[in-house]
Amino acid sequence: MQYLPNIVFAIILITGFGFFIKNISKLIRNIKLGKSVDRSDNKAARWKNMAKIALGQYKMVRRPVSGVLHVVVYLGFVITNIEVLAIIIDGLFGTHRVFQPILGEVFYGFLIGTFEILAAMVFVAVVVFWIRRNVINIKRFLNKEMKGWPKSDGNIILYFEMVLMTLFIVMNAADVTFQSGGIGNPISQFVYPLFNGFSSGTLHLIEQSAWWIHIVGILVFLNYLYYSKHLHILLAFPNTFYAKLKPKGQLDNLEAVTKEVQLMMDPNADPYAAPAEDAEDEVPEKFGASDVTDLNWVQLMNAYTCTECGRCTSSCPANLTGKELSPRKIMMDTRDRMEEVGKNIDANGGTFKDDGKQLLNDYISPEELWACTSCNACVQECPVNIDPLSIIMDMRRYLVMEESAAPQELNMMMTNIENNGAPWQYNQQDRLNWKDEE
Amino acid sequence: MIVPTMADMMAQGKQPEVLFWVGAAGSFDDRAKKITRAFVKILQQANVNFAVLGTEESSTGDAAKRAGNEFLFQMQAVTNIEVLNAYEVKTIVTCDPHSFNTLKNEYASLGGNYEVFHHTQFIKKLITEGRLSIDDSVLKNKRVTFHDPCYLGRANDEYESPRDLIKRLGVNLTEMKRNKSTALCCGAGGAQMFKEPEKGNKDINVLRTEDALETKPEIIATGCPYCNTMMTDGVKFKEKEAEVAVLDIAELIAQANNL
Repeated sequence: MQYLPNIVFAIILITGFGFFIKNISKLIRNIKLGKSVDRSDNKAARWKNMAKIALGQYKMVRRPVSGVLHVVVYLGFVITNIEVLAIIIDGLFGTHRVFQPILGEVFYGFLIGTFEILAAMVFVAVVVFWIRRNVINIKRFLNKEMKGWPKSDGNIILYFEMVLMTLFIVMNAADVTFQSGGIGNPISQFVYPLFNGFSSGTLHLIEQSAWWIHIVGILVFLNYLYYSKHLHILLAFPNTFYAKLKPKGQLDNLEAVTKEVQLMMDPNADPYAAPAEDAEDEVPEKFGASDVTDLNWVQLMNAYTCTECGRCTSSCPANLTGKELSPRKIMMDTRDRMEEVGKNIDANGGTFKDDGKQLLNDYISPEELWACTSCNACVQECPVNIDPLSIIMDMRRYLVMEESAAPQELNMMMTNIENNGAPWQYNQQDRLNWKDEE
Repeated sequence: MIVPTMADMMAQGKQPEVLFWVGAAGSFDDRAKKITRAFVKILQQANVNFAVLGTEESSTGDAAKRAGNEFLFQMQAVTNIEVLNAYEVKTIVTCDPHSFNTLKNEYASLGGNYEVFHHTQFIKKLITEGRLSIDDSVLKNKRVTFHDPCYLGRANDEYESPRDLIKRLGVNLTEMKRNKSTALCCGAGGAQMFKEPEKGNKDINVLRTEDALETKPEIIATGCPYCNTMMTDGVKFKEKEAEVAVLDIAELIAQANNL
């Protein structure tokens, strides 16, 4: 029975990682529901973007308060998690602070001391985040789409981090031997006196409990990611890597349309030609997007990456002037619908069964789509290079090319372009009149 | 004014150094036509050998594309590219950032490869090459703020050329709180120019005009005919048209150089 804790630990660890892998494979499956898009070009620029934007948090600090706090939490979280490695080894082999003798008292003390200070800083930053979300009225946390689960989700993540950081400090504070060493305990030494008068048995129990809850907490948190907006801690990296490199103003030219236009413009094309043999089985390509499966995989990965910070929405001219459009909601809706489609596929043995719903209308209304000025403020603001504008444009394409459902004034504008080469009803022959008008 | 067309040029066996793409607003909108004429005067002062397409120019398709009509966009693009390539056009300048963006970025994959300049970039180039100078005495110390067009700024990362020209005017440039990459849209982009806005609590151009008025300007400088319309309407809405003028950078330079 001596090995019981080790076995229990191994089982917890395997279960935790097992579920995580299962969730991640589901996530990848869902992202692959999207259409293909080639982002294999210019690897050097892509690595650079990832290093600068995801790793280097370059765009975060454009808003200094939340940016700097975020850097603290990010660094603290990443660095203190090195400790998890020690925890896993201790747990599996029944050792205690396995790296202490290997690294030497002083260096080990230095490392743990650094972790303690970082943990305390993370704790403080997270408390400030909580205050920003719940006490101070910061507008971007109060938009319509943030009611209910998104708000709870944000807070749950903060509680997780508070508890995990506290447990790390408590674990060190209750470790009598560690405290008596007097090194590497810059924070926990102030917690240690709270345990004054506790028996060594109780202290050991506290330390062990903190240790166990800490590692179980980390594994639970890891598995919480898939259900939460917090996936950005992983997806920010591929998301910045695969993000568009072209100028923000450049929209893609739909290839399916190019083919049709070439045919229309080709003077040698036979308009009465019989369709090719295999053409009857061919499903004509749908123009634009009405559901998540019409979007490409980068757009779907964008949706999973979004952490709902709302910087996009807080800079959107339409949203700022009270319109329904919120770029953040576009991303949240895309993710919700993708999850729905994913669950549908799981429930129907691997194939999607028509549920009579789609992203358009059931999640995103035409009113939202038509409010966009295509100004790219949302794309510019996103700290992880999400592109809500591309989804809006693809959905407009569907509305116009598949449903002919543009607002009346836009139909007039397009008719004018078709008839006289200008969005207004002017005669093409008058194009040069300006030169004689002064 | 004398404005040669590509057809004239070709008839004489000549090739201009640059094609001036006037754009629909610059050709037909009464306010924008003034910007067009101001820019032509600058080109003439710098002795630039330019031409326009005149009646052979047609909509770039930008508004159609952003309204979701990819068919119409590509039809326009392919037609325009045929004309441009027939005249062997290599270099294009335009006062419209939307045309600039579309011609520069979206025509290439359809067979139209050109070096495209926004007029502020082109004027800056003329100055660098010593072909043009700006008189900094006429508008000296005027309080000016500049509204970044989305399709020049964020869309194509060009923030400095317009500012460089404004500084050469000798004016006092004050930035709005939202400027360069954080600039607020005027509300016209993405085909909004041609429709009523969705319901909300304010018009975007009014919000942006408020940004501008906070800097207490005498002149709001623009670099886009659509921004110009939106800001002019915003200033009227705020009943400030007596104190604040909305002028394109080309118009400011034409004024400064007494053209």
